[in-house]
Amino acid sequence: MALTTDDVARLAKLARIELSEAELEHLAPQLDVILESVASVQQVAGPDIEPTSHALPLTNVFREDEVRPSLPREDVLAGAPAAEEERFRVPRILGEEA
Amino acid sequence: MSELLHRTAAELAAGIAAGEHSSEEVTRAHLDRIEAVDEVVHAFLHVDGERALEAARAVDAKVAAGEPLGPLAGVPLGLKDVLTMRGAPTTCGSRMLRDWHPPYDATVTRRLLEAGLVVLGKTNMDEFAMGSSTENSAYGPTRNPWDTSRIPGGSGGGSAAALAAFEAPLTIGTDTGGSIRQPAAVTGTVGVKPTYGGTSRYGLVALASSLDQPGPCARTVLDAALLHQVIAGHDPLDSTSIDAPVPDVVTAARSGDVAGMRIGVVRELGGEGYAPGVEQRFTEAVELLSGLGAEVVEVSCPSFDAALGAYYLIMPSEASSNLARFDAMRFGLRVGDDGTRSAEEVMNLTREAGFGAEVKRRIIIGTYALSSGYYDAYYGSAQKVRTLIKRDFDAAFERCDVLVSPTTPSTPWPLGERVDDPLAMYKADLCTLPSNLAGNAAASFPAGLAPEDGLPVGLQVMAPPMADDRLYRVGAALERALTEQWGGPLLNRIPQLQEVSA
Amino acid sequence: MTATVMGYEEALRSFDPVLGLEVHVELSTRSKMFCGCSTAFGAPPNTQTCPVCLGLPGAMPVVNRTAVESAMRIGLALGCSIADWCRFARKNYFYPDMPKNFQTSQYDEPIAFDGFLDVEVDGEPFRVEIERAHMEEDTGKSLHVGGSTGRIHGASHSLLDYNRSGVPLIEIVTKPITGTGARAPEVARAYVEALRDLLRALDVSDVRMEQGSLRCDVNVSLRTDPTQPFGTRTETKNVNSFRSVERSVRYEITRQAALLSEGTAITQETRHWHEDTGTTSPGRSKETAEDYRYFPEPDLVPIAPSREWVEQLRATLPEPPAERRRRLREEWGYSELEMRDVVSSGAVDLIEQTVAAGCAPQPARKWWVGELARRANESGTELDALAITPAQVAQVQQLVEAGTVNDKLARQVIEGVLAGEGSPAEVVEGHGLAVVSDDGALGAAVDKAIAANPDVAEKIRGGKVQAAGALIGAVMKEMRGQADAGRVRELILEKLA
Repeated sequence: MALTTDDVARLAKLARIELSEAELEHLAPQLDVILESVASVQQVAGPDIEPTSHALPLTNVFREDEVRPSLPREDVLAGAPAAEEERFRVPRILGEEA
Repeated sequence: MSELLHRTAAELAAGIAAGEHSSEEVTRAHLDRIEAVDEVVHAFLHVDGERALEAARAVDAKVAAGEPLGPLAGVPLGLKDVLTMRGAPTTCGSRMLRDWHPPYDATVTRRLLEAGLVVLGKTNMDEFAMGSSTENSAYGPTRNPWDTSRIPGGSGGGSAAALAAFEAPLTIGTDTGGSIRQPAAVTGTVGVKPTYGGTSRYGLVALASSLDQPGPCARTVLDAALLHQVIAGHDPLDSTSIDAPVPDVVTAARSGDVAGMRIGVVRELGGEGYAPGVEQRFTEAVELLSGLGAEVVEVSCPSFDAALGAYYLIMPSEASSNLARFDAMRFGLRVGDDGTRSAEEVMNLTREAGFGAEVKRRIIIGTYALSSGYYDAYYGSAQKVRTLIKRDFDAAFERCDVLVSPTTPSTPWPLGERVDDPLAMYKADLCTLPSNLAGNAAASFPAGLAPEDGLPVGLQVMAPPMADDRLYRVGAALERALTEQWGGPLLNRIPQLQEVSA
Repeated sequence: MTATVMGYEEALRSFDPVLGLEVHVELSTRSKMFCGCSTAFGAPPNTQTCPVCLGLPGAMPVVNRTAVESAMRIGLALGCSIADWCRFARKNYFYPDMPKNFQTSQYDEPIAFDGFLDVEVDGEPFRVEIERAHMEEDTGKSLHVGGSTGRIHGASHSLLDYNRSGVPLIEIVTKPITGTGARAPEVARAYVEALRDLLRALDVSDVRMEQGSLRCDVNVSLRTDPTQPFGTRTETKNVNSFRSVERSVRYEITRQAALLSEGTAITQETRHWHEDTGTTSPGRSKETAEDYRYFPEPDLVPIAPSREWVEQLRATLPEPPAERRRRLREEWGYSELEMRDVVSSGAVDLIEQTVAAGCAPQPARKWWVGELARRANESGTELDALAITPAQVAQVQQLVEAGTVNDKLARQVIEGVLAGEGSPAEVVEGHGLAVVSDDGALGAAVDKAIAANPDVAEKIRGGKVQAAGALIGAVMKEMRGQADAGRVRELILEKLA
C-alpha cells in the first residue's frame, strides 16, 4: 500500500507536528519506501508465535510505598518555558467544555 | 601532544593513585587536546573545564590524604549527551533541548561521579540517538579522526571520535540498534553494549525503551571492562534493571583465554552487501581466534533477515511515544507562543521547529505502526519477529559460547553520502540490531584496517544475556594477538590531526 | 441552549434504558503510583513532583507495591478474577496536564476482571456485573486564567500544577447494566454508594467525591425494548455526587427519549454534567475519533501475582458492608430506620468503636447521629473529621451515667473537646462543669432561694410539695445548671418540713 501525503498529514496531526506542504511532499515517498521495506515482517511469523514486548522475562518489580523527597520547586520550574504563581504557564488549552 | 594522552585509562588511574601524575595534569592535558582538535573533530557539544579540573583536584586531594580510590578515579571521561547530569546541559543533539539543564543525575552519571571519574563534557550524537553517522545532530556533525571527510558512525559518533582523537581515554555511549558498536567499529575503538538490564537506563533520555542500553567505550578492552564494572549493576530506579551480580568482566579482560571456547559465525551476517575489506578482516580475526584454541563453527539464524524490518517498526513506535513529552509545556524549546495561539498550536509549531528530519520520519512511522487498524500488521508482527530472533539466538547459544560477525557491513562513508537515503543509513545497523531486539550482550573490537581504503573494521562478538564477560575474553584475546601482529595498537596508525594551538 | 426533554414516565413507557458506570478511585497510598512523591491532598503547587511524575526526559517509573495490592483487593472484594499475568500499556494522547503525553494505564490486560456488586434499591436486591478493574495514574491540574468564570472556555492561558500527576487510580468499569427499567437512576446511585462503602471498608481510598478521590462517568443508552440490541450511548463525565449520578441518568434518559421519539439519532459523544441546571451538554466535538495507539509499556515489567499472594490478600478482605450492617443492626438492637440514619450519617464505624470503648449502642447512636452530626453539619465537615474520638464519646456518656454531668453539661463537655481543650475529664475539671451534690454548697443556695421566695416556701410548708419546682429552678440558676437536681429537691423538702 502506498502512503499518501494525506495519510502523512493525518499522522503528523496525531503526532502534533505542523508539517508544511513541501515537507509532506518530501516525506511521503521516503516514508513509503521505508514502510515497504519493513512490511516483510508480516510474512515472517505465523499466528502461533507469541509477540515479545520485553527483551528479558522479568516480572513483579515493585517499590515499597514510601515517600521520597520531591524536587525543590525552584528546580521544578527552572526549566519551564514560562511560570506564574508557582505553576507552569502554558498557552490556552483547547478545552473539553463547549 | 602530551604523552599522557596515549596512556590507557588503567595506566592513568594507576599513575594517579601512585602519585606519578595528578588527575589535574591528566585532565588538563585532555582539555588542551580538546581545545586543539575539537574544532575539527567536533566530538563534544559541551565542555566544562573548570568543573572537570575541580573534580580532578578533589581526587588528587583524596590521593594525598591516602583515602581509598576506585580503579578509575581521576580518569577523564566524555559523557554522551543523552544522559542527564546536574549542572550541565543535556541536549540529545536536538534544538528541542538547546539549553535544558536537567535537575537530576542519571544513575550512570551518579556512579561515574561517585567512582571519581572526571567528566570533561558531553559528547555529540545524532538527534535523540537516531542515526548512524552523527550527521543528524542539530549542532553539526562529528568527523572521523581517521579521515575527517568521513562519518564517525552514530548515533554515538562523538563518544567514539573523542577516543580516536585522544580527547578522552574513556567515554559513555548508548546503544539502541548499534549506536555504541558501529561507531566503535568505524573509529578503531572498543564499544560494548551490555546485556539489556545490565546497566541502568534511569536518566538516559529514551529513544526506544525496550532496546536502549548504556555502555562503555574505550581504546582498550581492559579499559572498557573497568568502566563497565563502574557503571553496571542493579538500579531500583530502573524497573528493567537485572537484580544479579555483574559478570566478572575485568577478570575476563585480563585473561583473554579463548582456548576451548566455541565461537559461532552467523551465516546471515555476511556475504552480499559487505565490503571486501570488512569480510577479509573479519575472516582473519576468526582464523586468529581459531589459532588461539577456539573452536569455530558456522551457525544459522534465519530470522535475522527480518530483524531490520522488525527493528525499524519497534524502535520508531516506542520513539513516537517517548518523544511525545517534548511539547513545549514544561521544559525545552517553545515556539509561537504569541498570546493568541492555543497550547495545541504551540505544540505543533514547536515540534515542527525543534525536531530534525530523521526524528520526524521516525515519529511518523511509529505513529503509523501503532495506529488502530495497522497495529497487528506492523507493531504486532514486529514483536513476533522479535520472538523468532530470540529463539534463533537461544538455539545458537546452545551450540556456541559466543557468536561473531562483522560489526557493520562497510567502513565509514563520506559525510553527506546517505543523509537523504534513510534505508542506506539503516543498513549500517544490520549486524548489530538483532542483539538489541533479543537483549543479549554484544561488543565491537578493532579488527584492523580495510585494505581497499585503510579505514577501520570491527569484529562484533555476541554473548548470551548476563554472559558479558565472554565478550571481554574474546576481545582481549583478539587485542593481544593483533597488537603483537601490528607491533602496537591500531590507533598508533591513525593520521596526525592538525592541532590549532598546542 | 437547553435540549427538549420528554417526561420521565413517558420516556420509560417507550424505551428501555441501559447503563454503564466507570468509576475512578484515587488510592490513599502514601506515595504515587510510579515514584516516591507524596500523594497528600492540598500541598502548595508543584511541591510534590519529581522527574518521574513531571515526565522529564530520562525518568523512569517503578510500580508502587501497595497500589497493586489495593487494586487486587478491590478486585477480590468485587468477586473478580485476578490476572495470572498482566502488563501496563501506554495510552498515547497529547494534553498539557499529562506530562508524558501518554497515560500509563492498563489496556487489554486488566489486573482484575469479571466480578459483581450486589446493591439494594428500595429493599430489592440488584446485581451489577463488573467488567474490569485496572490500574492507572492521575493527571496534573490546570487553572484557567483570564476567562470570565475561571473556566477553560475564553481563558487566555492556563497554569499547571503537577502535584496530582501520578497519583494511583483504579478504574472500575461495569458491564452494561440492563433490566433496571424505571429504577435506572436509583440503581446507578445505589451502585456508586455501595462501591463507596466497599472501598471505605477496604481502607484503600478516602472516597471523597467532593475532593475528587471518587469520580464517576455515566453511560446511558436507550432501546425500544429489551430484545433489541443496545442503542447509541453517551458518556457523561465527572458526575461528582451521588445525587448527581441519579439526576444525570434521569436527565439523559429524558433527553435521549425526546430525540429518539422525533426520529433523531443519538450522537455517540462525551457530555458534561451541569450541577446548577441539572442538565448535560456535549463536549468538544472531535473531528476524528481519538486513536490512543496503545502498546505495552516497555519501561515496566509484567505483573504476575502468585496464587499465594492473591490468597494472602483475600484473607485481608473485610466483611462485605451489607452483611456487616445487617449483623451490627441486630447486635445493637436498632430499628431499620435508626440503622438507615446511622449509615447515611457515615457513623457505622464510629458507633462500632464507641461501643467497643464501653458505651451502650443507643447512647452511642444518639451522640453521633444527633449532637455530633449536627455539629459536623454546621462546620461543613465529615463526621469522622470531627476532633473527638469514639473513646472520648464513650467517656462523655460514662460521665452522664455516673451523674457527674447531666445532658446539658455533657454537650458543653463535647464542645470543649471539639475546641481542643483536652479529654472529657479535663474539660469537666477545667470549666468546673461537674454537677454539685455537696450539701454545704447546695444548702447555702437553697437557703438563699427560700429567703428570696417566702410565699413559695410558705406553700411548701403548707404541704404543696409540687411548688418545690420553682425553688429548684432558682437554685439551678444560682448554680449555673451544675447542681444535682434530685439532691436539691431533697434539701428543700427537708428544710421546709
